[in-house]
Amino acid sequence: MAQLDELYREVILDHYRNPRRRGSLTGDHLHADGNNPSCGDEFAIDVIVEDGVITDAAMQGQGCSISQASGSMMMDVIVGMSVADVADLTRKFKIMMTIEEGEDPVDPDRPGAALGDLEALQGVRKFPVRIKCADLAWATLEDALSQPVD
Amino acid sequence: MKDLSALRSDFPILQREVNGVPLVYLDSAATTQKPQSVLDAMDNYYKRHNANVHRGAHTLAGEATEDYEGARSKVAAFIGTSAAQVAFSRGATTSINHIAYGWGLNHLKEGDRIVVSISEHHANLVPWQIITRYTGAELIYLELDDDFIIDTSDLESVVDDRVKIIAFGGMSNVTGAIGPVEPLVEAAASVGAITVLDGAQLVPHAPVSADDLGVDFMAFSSHKMLGPTGIGALWGRPERLEEMEPTEGGGEMINIVERDHSTWAPVPHKFEAGTPPIAEAVGFGAAVDYLSAVGMDVVAQHERDITAFALERLSEVPDLTVYGPKDITKRGGAVSFSLADIHPHDLATIVDQDGVAIRAGHHCARPLMKYLEVPATARASFYLYNTPHEVDVLIEALFKARKVFGLG
Repeated sequence: MAQLDELYREVILDHYRNPRRRGSLTGDHLHADGNNPSCGDEFAIDVIVEDGVITDAAMQGQGCSISQASGSMMMDVIVGMSVADVADLTRKFKIMMTIEEGEDPVDPDRPGAALGDLEALQGVRKFPVRIKCADLAWATLEDALSQPVD
Repeated sequence: MKDLSALRSDFPILQREVNGVPLVYLDSAATTQKPQSVLDAMDNYYKRHNANVHRGAHTLAGEATEDYEGARSKVAAFIGTSAAQVAFSRGATTSINHIAYGWGLNHLKEGDRIVVSISEHHANLVPWQIITRYTGAELIYLELDDDFIIDTSDLESVVDDRVKIIAFGGMSNVTGAIGPVEPLVEAAASVGAITVLDGAQLVPHAPVSADDLGVDFMAFSSHKMLGPTGIGALWGRPERLEEMEPTEGGGEMINIVERDHSTWAPVPHKFEAGTPPIAEAVGFGAAVDYLSAVGMDVVAQHERDITAFALERLSEVPDLTVYGPKDITKRGGAVSFSLADIHPHDLATIVDQDGVAIRAGHHCARPLMKYLEVPATARASFYLYNTPHEVDVLIEALFKARKVFGLG
């Protein structure tokens, strides 16, 4: 049960049941859709970028607790961040999730210092089938941010 | 319930552990496990009889051909038909594509209609969608009744003389619902339409007599019925098979090849271009032997018994919804369900920790998911090698899932 406890920590269940920044944006904004056809996880993400800084963001979606929690945790931190810092955070997240290679950003002596709530998703590493669930929101955000600005 | 648990020792993989506990394999609707006799048959073919089929004049070629055509005869006998009416293919999906392109393209025109059900597997949906794009025909959907069975209560309003094809599943891989075959066959006959039966779930789980069903075409897959992947069958009425064009040209399916044209081999070889999957055919034949030895009546009864037990135990779990018929005579062993607000994906991961293999997602039936208004479902599917104890393990794991999600 210990592995499951790690996977489904309180903070993950909280984000799953109370997803942050739920909804969509009006007006001019960047948008991307993402989905995992094999399991039914879906996201629609809206962001507004002004002078290289994310000033607003909203997310709609449905899917498993890992995908939705990851998306909600992402929404919790990106508003107010520069696009460059978001790219840096994305890379750290992907390294933590073993999607990309690099030095593990998480400091076991200072939990939460590097990636905040996102560190709760470390348990997913023991369930390789679910890693792409955790990544979906981030891949969708990357899509939205990579659109050419008029 | 007749005790089939002794069968389990015939299936090597069922002796496995996953995550330190015995495997409880409840995903036979996705693919079935293989008895030793099937594995031995394929191994023995490669060790003793391997050669290319049909053309050789040497001993091994003769043996390989006998093995291959012998497998065809076994599969044909299993579904109560003649060998000439069974073409091997890569599986049910390929077979339906062959029918769509080989029969559909030549018999459909703008304004014609193809009737399918909203519960179809993508294999019996997407090929028809593609064909409507080429021909200008239209796709019409039959909905489900309150028991999740294809609603045939008002077929006259849907099936008129624009309808040329009615394609439907013999048994749903999501709801487990069976047919119903007769009303659809009758409705098709009344307007001169053909019927295409997706038998991928039906043939493995119930005794089937193709010649008596009344349908024009049927498709099924070896790996859903204890055989290897990579092979399945396309069955048709003789006159339909004559009307059908081959979709693949090449060696084996020809008679005479000139520079500017070729003539086709007779049915069923007309539909088998290139060197076939010979070892897989041999495995398919061995799978059919195994099922015949158990007896399909016994297989079907065991499945009814264990599914009834599963439905009973599932009703003990609070906030659990089953999407399928409650009447055990109207369904097979595929049981789709949802549990509270726990996403099926999470359910599958949690029960996997206790060795239980279930499926979560769309089950290759996304329109059905939308129709049922669920993002996805979990599915446990039962077959001849499952036991009541395995149902108990599943139920305990579901109660554990409730705890993990703070539901008590």
